[in-house]
Amino acid sequence: MQLIPQVTDACWKALNEVHDPEVPVLTVLDLGMIRGVDINADNEIVVRLTPTYSGCPATDMLKDEITNTFTERGLTPVKVVVDLSEAWTTDWMSEAGKQKLQEYGIAPPQGDSHSCGTHVALTDGVTCPHCRSQKTQLISEFGSTACKALYKCLDCLEPFDYFKCI
Amino acid sequence: MNNQALTQFLLHVGDSQLILSHRLSEWCGHAPELELDIALSNIGLDLLGQSRTVLSLAGQIEGLGRDEDNLAFLRTEREYRNLLLCEQPNVDFAQTMVRQWLMDHYHVLLLDALSQSSHVDIAAFGIKSLKEAKYHLRFSHAWMERLSLGTDEAHHKTQQALNNLWRFTAELFELTADEQALIDNGVLPKLDLLKAEWLAQVESGLAHLNLTLPEIGAYRRGAKQGTHTEHLGYILAELQYMQRTYPNMNW
Repeated sequence: MQLIPQVTDACWKALNEVHDPEVPVLTVLDLGMIRGVDINADNEIVVRLTPTYSGCPATDMLKDEITNTFTERGLTPVKVVVDLSEAWTTDWMSEAGKQKLQEYGIAPPQGDSHSCGTHVALTDGVTCPHCRSQKTQLISEFGSTACKALYKCLDCLEPFDYFKCI
Repeated sequence: MNNQALTQFLLHVGDSQLILSHRLSEWCGHAPELELDIALSNIGLDLLGQSRTVLSLAGQIEGLGRDEDNLAFLRTEREYRNLLLCEQPNVDFAQTMVRQWLMDHYHVLLLDALSQSSHVDIAAFGIKSLKEAKYHLRFSHAWMERLSLGTDEAHHKTQQALNNLWRFTAELFELTADEQALIDNGVLPKLDLLKAEWLAQVESGLAHLNLTLPEIGAYRRGAKQGTHTEHLGYILAELQYMQRTYPNMNW
């Protein structure tokens, strides 16, 4: 079933206020985690959410956050459903999201899911989000979270996280 | 479709991931370097997430109302179906990396095959988990190189670890008669063909790493019979303690 346009608008506006707990500059929309908003036969608003990584601890928090935000705005009854039918990919991250990551100090994913790190080696040379140098070195495939790798810049000498392409 | 057989197969996959995840979590706060502490914890977290997905699916297919928590916290040793390799102790960083490398090769092949399942949820699980497993393999492969091709001491410890763990690799990809029927019906892809591929990849890797297989060979089994080594009991005692002491507790 389809929601009426005003309610659909209100839902997407509400989702734009739901921020990732680990990287608070990003919303669930920037991350491309929302697969759809519909209404079911029981008149519940159903938000379909695809988790980024299998073990991401933010998934449960985001489910609650979405429910609370919708409830505050009177968009009830609401149900958040985890949709595993398609694997989340960084291809779904918005360009605005990638820009926000860079400004926040995290290098955004490079390449698309066909050419990226799950197929070829994570290379040195990711652009440093601080000084923009490409003279950077991989320290570990796993940074502060499972979704990020750890790099260091050989020019400004700062370490930084790289949001892995997946 | 034989629900019981499919449930048991999914438990085998999910239990292996859960127990391996638990072993990795034991490094949290104790790893040789900060970056390794974080890496091992994150790999463990990925495996835990994958285990949650597949145990939940097993519970649904079983149809007896058991969810992921019920399955993880309330089954006893003989009901657990994880590969015995996963429950082996960490011992040291070398043994942890050898165990991880052997399992990462296994997972990449297994998950790639499961991605072809005609069962939509199993295929989705395979596709998603495979992406993560490839990053795990890259990590463990790089560490196998640093250790085995590094100092004499590092090489020696890596060889020792392989000598300790190789015996548990016999049961990787082995199928029971029930599971073979699932393959014949098209529910599971041809997993029995993967052992040869796994062996080829591992033997090629070992040659590159200057490691040799122990003469004792691979022979120790028990995953699908629920006959485990002495280690699983201790793991479950820790893993299940809170839920058994305070039944139905929630965080």
